[in-house]
Amino acid sequence: MSIPLLEARNVTRVFGTGLFKKTGNVAVDNISLTISEDRPTITAIAGESGSGKTTLARLLLGALPATEGEVLYKGDPLSKLSRHKWREFRREVQTIFQDPFDAFNPFYKVDHVLTVPLSIFKLARSRQEANSQIVEALELVGLRAEDTLGRYPHQLSGGQRQRLMVARALLLKPKVILADEPVSMVDASLRATILESILKLKEERSITVLYITHDLTTAYQVSDRMIVLYKGSIAEAGDVEQVIHDPQHPYTKLLISSIPQPDPKEKWEKDAHGGALRPLTPGGCKFVDRCPAAFDRCHSTLPPLYMSSPGRAAACFLYRDHPVVEASEVLDTTAQPAL
Amino acid sequence: MTDPALQVENLRVYYHTRTGPVKAVDDVTFSLEKGERLGLVGESGSGKTTTALAIMGMIKPPAIIESGRVILNGRNLLQLSKEQYRRVRGNQIALIPQGAMNSLNPVMRVRSHIIDTIEAHRRIKRKEDISGQIQSLLAKVGLPSEVSGMYPHELSGGMKQRVTIAMGICLEPSVIVADEPTSALDVVVQMQVMATLEKAQQELNAAVILVGHDMGLMAQFCDRIGVMYAGKLVEIGSVEQIFEDPLHPYTQLLISSLPKFDKKGDFKGIPGLPPSAKNLPPGCTFNPRCPKVMDHCREVEPRFLEARPDRWTSCHLYEGAES
Repeated sequence: MSIPLLEARNVTRVFGTGLFKKTGNVAVDNISLTISEDRPTITAIAGESGSGKTTLARLLLGALPATEGEVLYKGDPLSKLSRHKWREFRREVQTIFQDPFDAFNPFYKVDHVLTVPLSIFKLARSRQEANSQIVEALELVGLRAEDTLGRYPHQLSGGQRQRLMVARALLLKPKVILADEPVSMVDASLRATILESILKLKEERSITVLYITHDLTTAYQVSDRMIVLYKGSIAEAGDVEQVIHDPQHPYTKLLISSIPQPDPKEKWEKDAHGGALRPLTPGGCKFVDRCPAAFDRCHSTLPPLYMSSPGRAAACFLYRDHPVVEASEVLDTTAQPAL
Repeated sequence: MTDPALQVENLRVYYHTRTGPVKAVDDVTFSLEKGERLGLVGESGSGKTTTALAIMGMIKPPAIIESGRVILNGRNLLQLSKEQYRRVRGNQIALIPQGAMNSLNPVMRVRSHIIDTIEAHRRIKRKEDISGQIQSLLAKVGLPSEVSGMYPHELSGGMKQRVTIAMGICLEPSVIVADEPTSALDVVVQMQVMATLEKAQQELNAAVILVGHDMGLMAQFCDRIGVMYAGKLVEIGSVEQIFEDPLHPYTQLLISSLPKFDKKGDFKGIPGLPPSAKNLPPGCTFNPRCPKVMDHCREVEPRFLEARPDRWTSCHLYEGAES
C-alpha cells in the first residue's frame, strides 16, 4: 500500500492541563486512522456531543496540535511540514463547517469566498478562467451562478450558503474534505440537497469525505463506512450497512435503538432510566457504567479494538476471542462504492 | 368528541411592524382530549412555538393576539386578566421549555426552583411536607434525591431537562406544553427524557402539546400530529394517518423526504424555500412549492375543513369532499 494521504497515529488530545490542574479532559484518546486516496470513500465519524469528533477533525486539519501521537500528511508529521508542503496540505485537505451563518463575512459579497482561494493558490490564469471554474463548481452543488453571485450572505438561505461552502471547498480541487456537521443547522427540507452535493463530491470528483455528525440517519444515507466514537475512543468501526443494521458494541446498540424512527409502526424502545450519578472507574472501559453486558474485566481494563467479524471492529471484551486490530485495517477491506 | 382538555379556536398572532402585519399564527384551530399527546410540527418560522406561547399566555409585544379563543375548563383564557392568567399558568397549564440549560437559575439549588414554583400558586405551611414532596417528584422524573441540593451546573443536560419536567408537573397540570424539550440533547438522553415525560404525563392523565420538527420523535411520542406551514395549520390527524396517508401535499413531501435506515442515497427534499412571513404568496401559501398546484390555488385561500372523518386539512384538492 502506498503512503496514505492523511494518517492519525495514536493521537491523543488533552484539554485543560496546566500549572494548577493536573488532570485534564481527554477529548481524543489514542486514535489511529488512515485516509488513503486510492479509492474515494465517505467515512462517517459519528458520536454524541463530547465524544471528541470535532476535536479529531481539528487535529486532522492541523488546527490543533496533538498532545501525544502525530498526524501525518503523505508520511510527514504536520508539525514538521515545510512551508511548501504545508501550502499543499492546505489546498488538498479542505473543510466544510457546521454553521453556514458564521462562515461568511457579512460585508463581502459571497463571490469573495470563491475568488480569494483561487487567487491565493493561483489556480486560475485569467479572470475568465476563474469565472468558469466558479460556475462549474456552483453547478455541481446545484446552484445557478446568476442566483448566487453578486449577492450578500444575508440574501441567501442557509441551504444555499452551505452549498456555497461545498463549492468553495471544491474549487481548490482537494483530495479530502472534512465536513463537520454540515447539515445540522439547516432545515429538514433543505438537508437533502446538501447531502446530495456531498455524495457528488465523491462520485463525480473522486474526493474522499470525512462526514462528522451526531446524526446517524444522515450518516447512513451518505457514507460507505462508519466510525462510532465514545468519549474520545473508537467504539466500533466498519461498513455502514453492517454497523447500522447489526451493531456489535453495546454502545452502538444503545445509540441506534435510541433513535426515534419516523414510522409509528417501528416501536421505540423507551427506557426512562439514566439519571444516576455514577463516577467512572479510571482504567476500565469507558462505557462500563451504562453497559448492560459489563463484567469484571470491563471495570479494570480498557478493551482494545477486536475484529469482531470480517471488516468490523469493536472495542469490547465480548469479542475478546477475536484478533486485535487497528481501525484502518478493517476499514480498508470494506471500502466499496456506496450505491 | 368527549370533553376536551383544551380547545384552540381561530387563533391569530400577528407582529405589527412598520411595513405591515406579519402573520406568525394565522387562524389555527385544534382541540386536545384528556391524556392525549398532540405534536405540532413545522420548519423554523412556521409558527409552532408562537402557537405554544399564545396558549401559555406568554405573547409579548410587538406580537399581539389578534383574535381567537383558548378554552380550558370552560374558560376562555385569552379574556383573563394578567393576574388570573398567572394563576392558571404553571398550575393548570405547564410549560417545559426548550433549552433546559438556560431556563434554570444558576445560583439557585434545584430544591429552590421547585419550591418557587409551588409557592407561586399554593401556600406552604410546613417545611417537612415540602421536602417529602420534592423527593417524590424527583423520583418520578428518575433523579436521585441528592439532586435536590445541587446547583444546575452540577447536572448534565438530560438531568436539567428532568428538573424542568419536575417543575412542570409539580402542581399536577391538566395540560403540558413541551417546546422542543430535547432539541439540545443527545439521542440516548433524548429517549430517556421522553420516556420520563411520558411516564409523568400518564400518571397525571395530562394532555401534552409537543412542539418540534423531529418527525421521528413525533412518530414515537404523539397520538395526533398537527402540521404547520407559514403560520397556518395545514393538516391534523392521527399519527398513523399522517405517516401512512398524508393528505396535504406539504405533509406528503415532508413524510417522503424523511431519512430512514431502509433506503439509501435517495435524497428527496422539498423544492423551493419556505415563504417569508412578511410576504406570503396569494392564495394557498404552499402554492409556489406544491407539485399538485392548480390555477385556483394561486388565487383562493383554501379553508381548513374535515376532509375525512377526524382528519382536517386546508387544501383545494379536498374541498367539496367534506364528510
